[in-house]
Amino acid sequence: MDDLRDLYQEVILDHGKNPRNFRHPEDANRHAEGDNPLCGDRLTIYLKIGHNGLVEDVAFEGRGCAISMASASMMTEIIAGKTEEAARALFHRFHDFVTGKEEIEGADDEDLEKLIVLAGVKQFPMRVKCATLAWHTMTAAMDGENVVTTE
Amino acid sequence: MNAALAEARPSNSAFDVEKVRADFPILSREVHGKPLVYLDSAASAQKPRQVIEAETRVYEEEYANVHRGVHYLSQAATQKFEATRTRIASFINAPDENEVVFTRGASEAINLVAFSYAAHFLKEGDEILISELEHHSNIVPWQLAAQRNGAVIRAIPICQDGQIDMAAYADLLGPRTKMVAITAQSNALGIIPPLERMIPMAHDASAKVLVDGCQAITHRPVDVQAMGCDFFAFSGHKIYGPTGVGALWGRAELLEAMPPWQGGGEMIARVGIEKSTYKGIPHRFEAGTPAIAQVIALKDALDYVDGLGMGAIAEHEAMLLDHAVRRLEAMDGVTIIGTSPAKASIVSFLLDGIHPHDIGTIVDREGVAVRVGHHCAQPVMEYYDIAATVRASFGLYNTLAEVDALIASLEKTREIFA
Repeated sequence: MDDLRDLYQEVILDHGKNPRNFRHPEDANRHAEGDNPLCGDRLTIYLKIGHNGLVEDVAFEGRGCAISMASASMMTEIIAGKTEEAARALFHRFHDFVTGKEEIEGADDEDLEKLIVLAGVKQFPMRVKCATLAWHTMTAAMDGENVVTTE
Repeated sequence: MNAALAEARPSNSAFDVEKVRADFPILSREVHGKPLVYLDSAASAQKPRQVIEAETRVYEEEYANVHRGVHYLSQAATQKFEATRTRIASFINAPDENEVVFTRGASEAINLVAFSYAAHFLKEGDEILISELEHHSNIVPWQLAAQRNGAVIRAIPICQDGQIDMAAYADLLGPRTKMVAITAQSNALGIIPPLERMIPMAHDASAKVLVDGCQAITHRPVDVQAMGCDFFAFSGHKIYGPTGVGALWGRAELLEAMPPWQGGGEMIARVGIEKSTYKGIPHRFEAGTPAIAQVIALKDALDYVDGLGMGAIAEHEAMLLDHAVRRLEAMDGVTIIGTSPAKASIVSFLLDGIHPHDIGTIVDREGVAVRVGHHCAQPVMEYYDIAATVRASFGLYNTLAEVDALIASLEKTREIFA
């Protein structure tokens, strides 16, 4: 049960039930659809990127498991106001971390520290895709690819 | 309560589930420190010792390539290999064992018909009807065939209870209908379409009927002659046999008219550099060295289920399904998808506010193996406008106590999400 409590921490359940920035902004200038064919989860990420490369707004819609919804919700809170570069760099580190390539105990980075609640997926390899779907979709939107799949 | 429920039911005295379980070595293992509760037989069934030993015996004592050698082992292996063909014919009551073609599984059997029959005998504008209940394996091969010959695929819709919309089916059938491809039991919902009505209706419209028997064959007796279909496909691994082997049954006159679909050894009569002649049925459709040990051990799987009796198995599984449905209905916030009473051994459901994937992960930690997702039947999910369900599927080795373990694990899921 400890692994499960690690995976389904309060913060995750809260974001999963009440996702933040769950909307379709009218003025979004990038978007992409993310698809996890294994479980049929699907979400759309909307970005408004300013001329200076800043993520001025980020939101999402879709449906999925608690992990994918929570990860998407937390991502929107964290990357708003960052540059594209910084958002991508954060995903890199987050990805390495949930796939067990990097250990972050007491992370040096406060954004990454917020994401530590998702560390539980490390014990559930089948669920890593759930935690990273929103992030893959965000980078796809930045790259101008409108569809991304985890398979 | 559960023991009382069990006792209240008429006992199936011929069927001793504990004795059956002792035949399946894997059922005694633990998962995450809990006894394994395997409720995913619709995806693939576990194997009895009889099948495992049969496959081992082939490699240890009987193995050689089939249909080629004059040496002792090759002849003996060929005889055993062909004995499975005969056994399948008797198992599904096929009139002639030469109508049984070995394939890698049901998917390949359906592909064979789609490529050899549909691709050659259907032309532009002809219609192939498939139901919204179908597994992807009974959808995609027809799409590929249709892309080749310009045939049109039309969907037989389903109703809210998961059953075929028979009025819509009657409307779809017409002079252009050339093929109806329909499951004998939905893998996603467990629903059993009324083939006894659907097949004659298709034949009245002069269409051929392929039945995907993957699920049905494991849960009740199959008689292809009584059913009246033209093709019947199934997989060995779902009926407690090895993976990598399945079969297509087809009417001899249809198979004989069908061109080969894969070339290679085994299927030829005489080969020249520019042209070859082919063997008769069924070997014309069996290019290459087959899954010899698996085919041979499939006979032991069929002998095994026949020994228990398909009727007794059906009765045991009906008791499990009935108990599962009752207990699920007694829980708050459970929605069962596919409520038609024509159903066997499978229950697909949702828990309010909790995604099936999260449920799957949590119950797994209790040792309970269920399938979560779209079950390779996305049109079904689209119909209900859902992404996924939790599916518990029962086999001949499951018990009422395992159904109760599933319910307890769902209650635990609820607690975590409370």
